[in-house]
Amino acid sequence: MAHHELTMPATEAQVRALRVNDTVTLQQRLFGIRDATQIHMFDRGRTTRFDLRGHAVIHTAPNVRKVERSDAFPAGYQPVCVGTTTSDRMERFTRPLMEQYGVRLVVGKGGLREASAQAFQDLGGAYLAIIGGTAALETTWVEQIEDVDLDDLNPESLWQFRIRDFGPLLVAMDSHGASLYDGVRDAAQARRAAVLASLGVPP
Amino acid sequence: MKIDLQAVEDTAKELYIRALKVLPPDIKQGFGRLVTNETGATAKRVLATMVQNIAVAEQTDNLLCQDTGVPIYNLWIGKGVEVDGQALKQAIRRGCERATREYPLRSSVVHPLTRKNEHTSCGIEVPVIHIDFSDELDNLRIEMIPKGSGSENNSFLKMAVPADGIAAIKTFVIDCVLAAGGKTCPPTIVGVGLGGTSDLAVALAKRAATRPLGSACADAAGAELEQQLSIAVNQLGVGPQGLGGDATAFAVHIELAATHITMNPIAVNMQCHSARRARADITPTGVAFGF
Repeated sequence: MAHHELTMPATEAQVRALRVNDTVTLQQRLFGIRDATQIHMFDRGRTTRFDLRGHAVIHTAPNVRKVERSDAFPAGYQPVCVGTTTSDRMERFTRPLMEQYGVRLVVGKGGLREASAQAFQDLGGAYLAIIGGTAALETTWVEQIEDVDLDDLNPESLWQFRIRDFGPLLVAMDSHGASLYDGVRDAAQARRAAVLASLGVPP
Repeated sequence: MKIDLQAVEDTAKELYIRALKVLPPDIKQGFGRLVTNETGATAKRVLATMVQNIAVAEQTDNLLCQDTGVPIYNLWIGKGVEVDGQALKQAIRRGCERATREYPLRSSVVHPLTRKNEHTSCGIEVPVIHIDFSDELDNLRIEMIPKGSGSENNSFLKMAVPADGIAAIKTFVIDCVLAAGGKTCPPTIVGVGLGGTSDLAVALAKRAATRPLGSACADAAGAELEQQLSIAVNQLGVGPQGLGGDATAFAVHIELAATHITMNPIAVNMQCHSARRARADITPTGVAFGF
């Protein structure tokens, strides 16, 4: 259960060193991505000018305030509340994000499924669990919205955040095929019969 | 009492922002209970972060969660209240739009086919507005619920048959909680709607999921079943965020209605741990905000 400080972008070796139950704090840069962003990137042939190689993406669509562009707000947006959405809906985009854009880490809540676990194994990636619904706290880890692309999809634009001490996040799926979600799901399924029996439901 | 529609609009705006920022005391107390009873090491850390977030939101005057949800307004028109119903609904809608534009909030509402976002948190039939009546004299009560999508996406309906009995209800609720796993942002309030027609069962499930913690089903048999199910779901081990632990749900709530001799409808709707709601009473003395 080691702790890792990762200044982004990260190398494959750094990501392969992560094991489930380790914790990670991200530094420097993080990209925000969501359903519409990925539907447009992978189903509708759009591309981004951002270089995502070695980077982490977070499943988010932030609350932002439009402001004058300045040194403090280079993209013309001030972050209001930046949180995390349920990852499961975006399961099928994990592999193309990694294969086509070189993404190494996915930050999200609720976990991803088998195809993502396989992509993490094949390509060297990991899933970092953030605590969903704790956006006020998460916002304090975001220093600035540095840039934005595909902004016609706002709020589901592709956001580039400057971050500081973003975490600790829990390694919930690693590049060695381990997933905390699988373990919890299997254990819960195994308890199902006993729980139903306690409610007087015949098997 | 004649209703000032400008006051309704301002209140509708204020309620949306309040609901997003401050959790009701019953939910905070619910966290206290879960923290005390939790035995899992990861789960204890997850719950502690959730509790920390509630404090950070209040200290930084920020939203608890980035999901501004689908806006729902529940209204109760008391005795002696005079209001133009259509104008009342329009005032609520304007308040919702203003909260979104003026704060500004993320508009999370899009057209279901074109996916176009009007950036007002409004669209066809949204905000959802329910209007009912109450016995309270000179009181217009407005409740605002920003319903988050992570939990809402895990909504279930089963038209069971009478021969399936109560066993079908218990099995369905347990299986819905298992299917939802960590996707609903547990610990949740599991809302169960029983009886009625299919649409009524689903509406009852939402009412149950958004009822204050500590409240009980008005029907004795429903109240007994919700107690049994509240214990049972927390023996599954799904835990906070689906990462394992005791605290899968704050509670299971049941709302029920009479149904047809041939029917046994069961609906499940869940509320995430950011179980946000805010309330205002508009009376001749002014507007009083609460939860």
